[in-house]
Amino acid sequence: MNLLQQIVSVVGFSIRTIPARLGASTSAAIGIAGVVGTLVGVLSIAEGFRHAMTASGSEDVAIVMRSGADNEMTSNLTKDEARLISDTPGVARANDAPLASAELFVIIDLPKITTGTPANVPLRGVEPTAFDIRGNIQMVQGRRIEFGKNEIMVGAGAARAFGGLTVGNSLKIGVNTWEVVGIFTSGGGAAESELWTDAAVLQPAYNRPNAFQSVYVRLASVGSFSEFKDALTTNPQLKIKVHTLKEFYAEQSTATSDFITSIGKFIAGMMALGALFGALNTMYSAVSSRTREIATLRALGFGSLPVVMSVLAESLVLALAGGALGAGLAWLLFDGYQAATMNFQTFSQVSFAFAVTPTLLILAIIWASVLGLLGGIFPAIRAARLPIASALRET
Amino acid sequence: MKFLSLVWSNLKRKKLRTSLTVLSILVAFLLYGFLACIKAAFNSGVNMADADRLVTRHKVSIIQSIPSSYESRITKVPGVTLVAPQSWFGGIYQNDSKNFFATIAVEPESFLAMYPEFDLPAEQKAEWLKVRHGAIVGEVTLKRFGWKIGDTIPLTAPIWGEPKGKTHWEFQIVGVYTSQRKGADLTSFYFRYDFFDEARERGKGEIGWFGIRVADKDKAASISKTIDEEFANSAYETKTEPEGAMMAGFAEQLGDIGTIMFAVVSAVFFTILLVAGNTMTQSVRERTEELGVLKAMGFTNGLVLMLVLLESCVIALLGGLIGLGIAWAIGVGGSPAPSVLPVFFLPQKDLIIGACMALALGLVAGALPAIQAMRLQIAVALRRNG
Repeated sequence: MNLLQQIVSVVGFSIRTIPARLGASTSAAIGIAGVVGTLVGVLSIAEGFRHAMTASGSEDVAIVMRSGADNEMTSNLTKDEARLISDTPGVARANDAPLASAELFVIIDLPKITTGTPANVPLRGVEPTAFDIRGNIQMVQGRRIEFGKNEIMVGAGAARAFGGLTVGNSLKIGVNTWEVVGIFTSGGGAAESELWTDAAVLQPAYNRPNAFQSVYVRLASVGSFSEFKDALTTNPQLKIKVHTLKEFYAEQSTATSDFITSIGKFIAGMMALGALFGALNTMYSAVSSRTREIATLRALGFGSLPVVMSVLAESLVLALAGGALGAGLAWLLFDGYQAATMNFQTFSQVSFAFAVTPTLLILAIIWASVLGLLGGIFPAIRAARLPIASALRET
Repeated sequence: MKFLSLVWSNLKRKKLRTSLTVLSILVAFLLYGFLACIKAAFNSGVNMADADRLVTRHKVSIIQSIPSSYESRITKVPGVTLVAPQSWFGGIYQNDSKNFFATIAVEPESFLAMYPEFDLPAEQKAEWLKVRHGAIVGEVTLKRFGWKIGDTIPLTAPIWGEPKGKTHWEFQIVGVYTSQRKGADLTSFYFRYDFFDEARERGKGEIGWFGIRVADKDKAASISKTIDEEFANSAYETKTEPEGAMMAGFAEQLGDIGTIMFAVVSAVFFTILLVAGNTMTQSVRERTEELGVLKAMGFTNGLVLMLVLLESCVIALLGGLIGLGIAWAIGVGGSPAPSVLPVFFLPQKDLIIGACMALALGLVAGALPAIQAMRLQIAVALRRNG
């Protein structure tokens, strides 16, 4: 028999006999399923969060804030500054008016539906141009706000997570009462966590006459960002900073998604160690329960390589089965799960759905294979090195 | 105990398997301990809250400020013994938002009286009352950035603008606060409200929130109501609630993530235990024959049961206690992410629960094979072949 035939027959033999060692094999597979499930589950939270923050991040929309501000909460612009920004070259125009929306971003307390406890929900005052600038606002229920009235439209994520946000309902915020007139989506983006109203109505309600926090503009084209940015930063009347929406959202999501990712990776890493020990244990006992078989094969003339391969293959099969089980469970349990958490940068709530992406599934398979190979390699070497004579004598 | 050496040599027989099992249990309990630390961090504010302390803030959200003139009106409310105004500053050190630590403007006297859990040496307090731009900082943050008393710390403040003619705020560290109470937040930076209010560009005369102490904690609810009624229908309506409730609300905001993380880790924990328990069971089963020999030598059923249980308990406790020990040591070493989790330690309660779980694991994993071993017929056992 040549080497290849030897390998094929020994590997086939060891895989076919897995059911004979069912108890130990199942426990190794479950251990690995646990690792993979955890890894995918926790990372899908971070993926979903990042997706919510970046989905709306287009390259042809720019956001302008006061220099030194790292989010809209801490920014501050006057009405005059907002006008200067709108008139800067590089801004797209419609009907001869610049596509710029000066916005006010505040936070209100609303009860979280799941727990009933108050949470910080962002309320954004926008100008009529905001719809053309974002370009992806779709009403799923009700209608858009009318400007000049105390009306609110609610992002779909916020409507799901917080109480009182149904169309037709009135909300008392401070001394004012607002009517909820519609629910909107924005392609899964961050705006879906927000409530929108007219900036001009929001300003007096919040004692912030003439104050804005950010200006959103639609750029004439993706390429005009640098023109726009240069014109703004060289304007001595302004102390501001400019980002494309894509950059801005990516930056906004780092603290929370890094936190989730690093904790997730830590947990999965620890879990992997635990499962690795479990897999090693299983494979060592598989080898020792097959000591005589292996010795017999070697006595019959099978080389060490086929023996190593057979142990490795068995371990890999168990790991992949466990990995597939874990990834499948994670996908069933987590994908699309609706949740809301706090964005550390603005201390306000972001609603999002967990996302088990194909990348995560591939990662899961890679992890499972690595664990399988690591768990099998030492027992395999040990099996190959068993002295034939004494192994045959073993009971 | 004279049989301990027998148990010990049994464990040493398959050193590899024993160590692998111990290691996987160790990992499970390390994870448990780490999670208990995170949970303690999330709840630290709640645990530190005193029942006689309330917080009054703007009704709409804590981001909104209220007039500082409210202080005298709240002081007049019957049952209120102390009012400590505080404002969020949100300073950034070295222009890098990763260097995050809480920076809050307070009035030194009322602040220190309100939070007796913070210890500040008397001479440092006297210094703070003298130096207008003085600040005190928790020892964790002091160590994190290698500051010393007397250092001048530059901070930028996106919310409030910079003092006239300057590009940043400058504070002089005049004191370091510590705490005897476990779980106290030692990362914050407190400086004087009078200096802050004079120098800031925006929001002069406004305050973030008031800490309030009441004489009788049983009347806290009615006092809260009185305070809120005092300001009802004004431009700045307030919301007063116990400090613990406010902290719990803040912890809740992380919401779903926390719950899911705990669910996932619990699942992980029990998976590892299942796998480890299975291995322990198996290792006893393999020794059926040996147990038969012991019995033939006159070991009683009860003694065999105990030996097997003892063995699995030693494995479980060895792994469990070392794992908990490492988690505890990580907590002592300080928070791995001070910006997000300012407090990080393994609470004693969780340590004890963990140790009990390790013992329970040993008993459960050992029970089945131990009972089998106990019931074993000597003849059957001896006849069995490996």
